[in-house]
Amino acid sequence: MKNNLIKALTSKITFWSSVAAVIVAAGLYSTFLRFTQGLGGVTNLNDAFPWGLWIGFDILCGVGLAAGGFTICAVTHIFNIEKFKPLTRPAILTAFLGYVMVIVALMYDLGRPWAIWHAIIMWNTHSVMFEVAWCVMLYTTVLFLEFSPIMLERFRMKKTLRVLRMALIPIMIAGILLSTLHQSSLGSLYLIVPNKMHPLWWSMLLPVFFFLSAVSVGFAMVIFESYLSAKAFNHGLKLPLLSQIAGVMSVVLVVNLAAKFIDMAYTGDLPYLSVMGPETYLFYLEILIGTLIPVAILSVRKYRASNKWLYIAAVLTVAGFVLNRMNVSVTSLEASSSVPYFPTIYEISITLMLVVLGMWAFKFIVRNFPVFEAHEEQPKIIVDAKAFRESGWAMQNK
Amino acid sequence: MAKQLGLLFDVTMCVGCGACYEACKAQNELPKTNDEPLKDHLSSETYTVVEQYGDVYTRKMCMHCTDPTCVSVCPVGAFEKTALGPVLYDADKCIGCRYCMQACPHRIPRYEWSSMNPRVRKCSMCYERVKEGLPTACAEVCPTGATQFGELDELIAIAKKRIEDNPDTYYPHIYGLEEAGGTNVLVLSPVPFEQLGYTANLPNKPLPTYTMAALDKIPSVVGIGGVFLAGMFWLTKRKNEIAQEEQKTNGNNSHEK
Repeated sequence: MKNNLIKALTSKITFWSSVAAVIVAAGLYSTFLRFTQGLGGVTNLNDAFPWGLWIGFDILCGVGLAAGGFTICAVTHIFNIEKFKPLTRPAILTAFLGYVMVIVALMYDLGRPWAIWHAIIMWNTHSVMFEVAWCVMLYTTVLFLEFSPIMLERFRMKKTLRVLRMALIPIMIAGILLSTLHQSSLGSLYLIVPNKMHPLWWSMLLPVFFFLSAVSVGFAMVIFESYLSAKAFNHGLKLPLLSQIAGVMSVVLVVNLAAKFIDMAYTGDLPYLSVMGPETYLFYLEILIGTLIPVAILSVRKYRASNKWLYIAAVLTVAGFVLNRMNVSVTSLEASSSVPYFPTIYEISITLMLVVLGMWAFKFIVRNFPVFEAHEEQPKIIVDAKAFRESGWAMQNK
Repeated sequence: MAKQLGLLFDVTMCVGCGACYEACKAQNELPKTNDEPLKDHLSSETYTVVEQYGDVYTRKMCMHCTDPTCVSVCPVGAFEKTALGPVLYDADKCIGCRYCMQACPHRIPRYEWSSMNPRVRKCSMCYERVKEGLPTACAEVCPTGATQFGELDELIAIAKKRIEDNPDTYYPHIYGLEEAGGTNVLVLSPVPFEQLGYTANLPNKPLPTYTMAALDKIPSVVGIGGVFLAGMFWLTKRKNEIAQEEQKTNGNNSHEK
């Protein structure tokens, strides 16, 4: 029985590792093409549609999905709600790897990646892109510093650790401010195309929507990755914590949706909701899977206390978020550009490769560094799912 | 500041000879891209085209906006609005993000997609010529005067007068006078401009004002946000400490009892 289980597990692992290996091989081949044939040789981008999958997914989604890093930091270190501390390190690690992935993706998307340092010395303070570039640069540094105690603990560098701990709160405040700025500014990038973008998405409140959706998807990613790593690394799932996080996530999702509709009513864009077309369907789909269904699931206490349903709600929120960013960056601009855009197999394979490399890096670091076990003095409230279910708290809610 | 220069293109006077197209190619040393000039379109090797719409012809090229979107969005300041009016691009600064292409309301900038060292390409209003007092190559060769080069103020006056004197000939609008804050290239037409492929739904205010509305909020977000976060940190920490102390004293009391 036990042997069968192990067999099943190993075969599953080999299957996914081989899929991952194929993806990375394809990605490496596409990388070779990208840097020998230029952007025109590997992408479906053109003069009418200059931004595609890499901006829409790798950059917009990559930065958004890493938002758990700053929201959890705010909860645990600024609002000092200590019980959430076990979630901090995985969230910071995810965020750091996410930003590294974003920067790597930029190297593919920029026409002249070797000139990226120009942003440091050639300033244009009127450019949203300039602001985003600086925020991403600084915040990646902040994430590195926030993550470095884990490495310092591992290598027992106590002096450096002490110095870093003293500076940690200002660093974290800087990180939260930088995140607030660039998460919203990714939305501001599109403020300048009111005439090109579909009115279902263009709004002066784009920066607000981008910020709110980043906050909610940041929480969704914390739930998502806690669930997966609890399975993969066989440590306890912090279920009560995740239930509460999911509650906060629901509130933010509802606030974002309400703001969206109030804004549409205010600007007179509501009639577009009844104009049927691919844009409208995708708009409804985004709201349905990204907000309505997860909020409905989480509004039931029983489901909120179930790790499986929490996971499902989180996955849906993430999917809705990704659809929103793809809608903003691709769907909403297709009609006015008069050319349909769909990424090439090369664009897709590079994106998939970066996701796989990120997951590998996460796995490697979690295996070798104290990410899930906190070495600081912290209340030990890592409850495993079984113990939690047996405890009275869950019973009460049945 | 020197007087702004510009171009006036009058659709009613254009005969579709393509001389401007050829002159632009020669001036910018661009390769031949199409056997029939009227069927060509803007590309990294073609900075202006003559397009046929029924029995009228129009030109497409960089509009050289008064408050250019490309200048405002470029993260490294590779675009410059010169004092004379032409909007110039500096490939040495460019990092290749293509935000200028994404943002341009007139959809003008083109990219060298197949190059390993790609540049953004567009009309420069023959800056090297006009700063020496020469007209642009396209205006110089135009046999009918459909493309006219001159000081912007004078061109606006000429355009207004033409519409006033011939209200039956012209659609009563000067394209470029107000579109997205105005441009240094003005167009007169007998038909509505959207019929000639011009972007018709542009707001009259410069597009960079939309982004500035968001960017202006950054100082207050940083200021108020910073104070709020520091305050929350101090408050909640203090609260936790008090709670701990209380727990301790309570614990001691119960112990003594």
